Amino acid sequence: MARKELLHVLRDPTTLFVALFIPVLQLVLLGYAIDTNVRHIRTAVLDEARTQESRALVRSFENTGDFDVAVLAADEEELHRALVSGRARVGIRIPEDWSRRLLSGDPAPFLLLVDGSESAVAGQALGTANAVALRESLARLLGDRPLPVEVRPRVLFNPDTRSANFFVPGLMVVLTQIMAVMLTATSVVREKEQGTLEQLAMTPARPGEIVAGKAIPYLFLAVGEFCAIAAIMVGVFRVPIHGSFGTLLLVALPFVTAMLAVGLLVSTLAATREGAMQMAMGTVIPSIFLSGYVFPLDSMPAPFRALGYCLPTTWLIDASRGVILRGAGWAELWPNAAVLSGMAALVLLLAALRFPRSAA
Amino acid sequence: MTPALEARGATVRFGRFTAVDGASLSVGRGEVFGLLGPNGSGKTTLIRALCGLVPLAAGEASVLGEDARRRPERIRQSIGYMSQKFSLYPDLTAGENMEFYAGIYGLGPAEARERREELEALVGLGPYADRRAGRLSGGWKQRLALACALLHRPRLVFLDEPTAGIDPVARREVWNLLFRLSADGITLFVTTHYMDEAERCDRLGYIYMGRMLALGRPADLRALPGVTPPGTRRIKVKGEDASALLASIRGRPGVREATIYGQSLRALVDEGVGPADLGLDPSRVRPAEADIEDAFISLSRAEEARRAAERAP
Repeated sequence: MARKELLHVLRDPTTLFVALFIPVLQLVLLGYAIDTNVRHIRTAVLDEARTQESRALVRSFENTGDFDVAVLAADEEELHRALVSGRARVGIRIPEDWSRRLLSGDPAPFLLLVDGSESAVAGQALGTANAVALRESLARLLGDRPLPVEVRPRVLFNPDTRSANFFVPGLMVVLTQIMAVMLTATSVVREKEQGTLEQLAMTPARPGEIVAGKAIPYLFLAVGEFCAIAAIMVGVFRVPIHGSFGTLLLVALPFVTAMLAVGLLVSTLAATREGAMQMAMGTVIPSIFLSGYVFPLDSMPAPFRALGYCLPTTWLIDASRGVILRGAGWAELWPNAAVLSGMAALVLLLAALRFPRSAA
Repeated sequence: MTPALEARGATVRFGRFTAVDGASLSVGRGEVFGLLGPNGSGKTTLIRALCGLVPLAAGEASVLGEDARRRPERIRQSIGYMSQKFSLYPDLTAGENMEFYAGIYGLGPAEARERREELEALVGLGPYADRRAGRLSGGWKQRLALACALLHRPRLVFLDEPTAGIDPVARREVWNLLFRLSADGITLFVTTHYMDEAERCDRLGYIYMGRMLALGRPADLRALPGVTPPGTRRIKVKGEDASALLASIRGRPGVREATIYGQSLRALVDEGVGPADLGLDPSRVRPAEADIEDAFISLSRAEEARRAAERAP
């Protein structure tokens, strides 16, 4: 059974394509394209003061690297237009009396307009702008004296805060999931469509044997893919693995099992391959959004966070980042493995209960 | 000797729908039994129930002496099954499909090779063994499916519409194969829609809306009293334009049924009705015998009338 299934995979170019090429493509696209670190925000400046100090302020914005002055506005209307049209995400307006107030020691406010339509950009702009203002203020108050309180930041585990380091370990998990669910579901549904499942039902082979025969090659494929993505991650994206990859594989095994079972479950519900594909994608989407793969779980409302913790993906992504970035070992990760094993058992049980009935 | 297959009052229900309603039949060893009936009448369901794939709601069934309800896996080990649509793996070669099923039936490597060679020779598949099953023509597909169903030397083979959609030459060859199997003592349980195939069976069963309406040899079924009721006779009319003839006699008093067969028209008419009453040239009218199709149509009509009477008390 397992050998035959392997032959199927080799004979079916579509499956091979889905199995091998698409994950690699996604990996490259997502790995290279996504950068959550916001840099070079296009900025429009309306400098009504036109003094040495106001120019210094604009320069100190530019020096952060977060702001690029893209528009020099002549009046208020032009500043607005720049923001509305999207040519600039941030507008800085320095009033005419700014330098005078600054030099005389009065509070010297300037206006910062932020386009809130992209929350990541807006957040970054606000944070940096506040930091710039604070630094200018302190410099004025303290002169050459050292700062009374100083942050000495050290970012652990991902010192350059590179996005690839954050994404690729999660991506590995999501891609393995897509592959495992999709391949299993379509492979069983294909047998349904071809009527071969009915033929098999007429043989002495038990449903359990049929399922095991189907699942084993895909288990190897999925684990193989997991390893391949890890290799690409280290080789192409230069994300070092700090922990033991063996440990990660050990945690991944129940995850892959759970995903194969999800695939089986989908196959009991879908009548056609297209339906199975769609349903499989349906199970993948919440995993992408609620697993902490893209958006941090900690910032989600409690019910969604709870939902996120019900997804196997969440636990493996956590483990994957743990091993790859933080060098976590079995001591830290055994709860993940335990939870995943529990989930795998549960889904397998569900699939096993549904499978014989849908075959008959 | 126990019959190869036996069912008494076998009933299968899916929810409130009764798919097979108290079917009883018995098939002797080495017999070619044909099960006929319209689509959706319960033929496939009955086969599945006999193999223990769907549970019997009532009644009992046994195949080769094993109870379908208690020992379905024993039954499946000793039967072959070939389904109405081609259900092998199109992306595997003919040989690989056979290897796979040999594995599923638990044949050892030596036995698998031996059986494969025997069956390739029997069905004449040799030159196509390395061709992908999906690329075979309809007739070869069916021969391959038959070979796969025979790998484990089953003593009874279920063939669910084995010749649906294949050309007449291939159809005849498949039947020749079936008769060779039957001569070797293998019991064949065949469903079909083809009346000429029905005539080739040793015995027939006719199932309609889940009920087994008739059982017997083809000649017995043609001679059933309900087929040509007392006071009626069957006639054959030759004519240039059969469809014009049909239009002209349909609906006339005394005409029970009329249908076209190629260049001629066949009708069931009341005894007293002569060619003149139908506006026909007497020299063209010949008496005719009922065929199997006539038998089944009469049986279906009678059952429909019975059901209608039941519904309207």
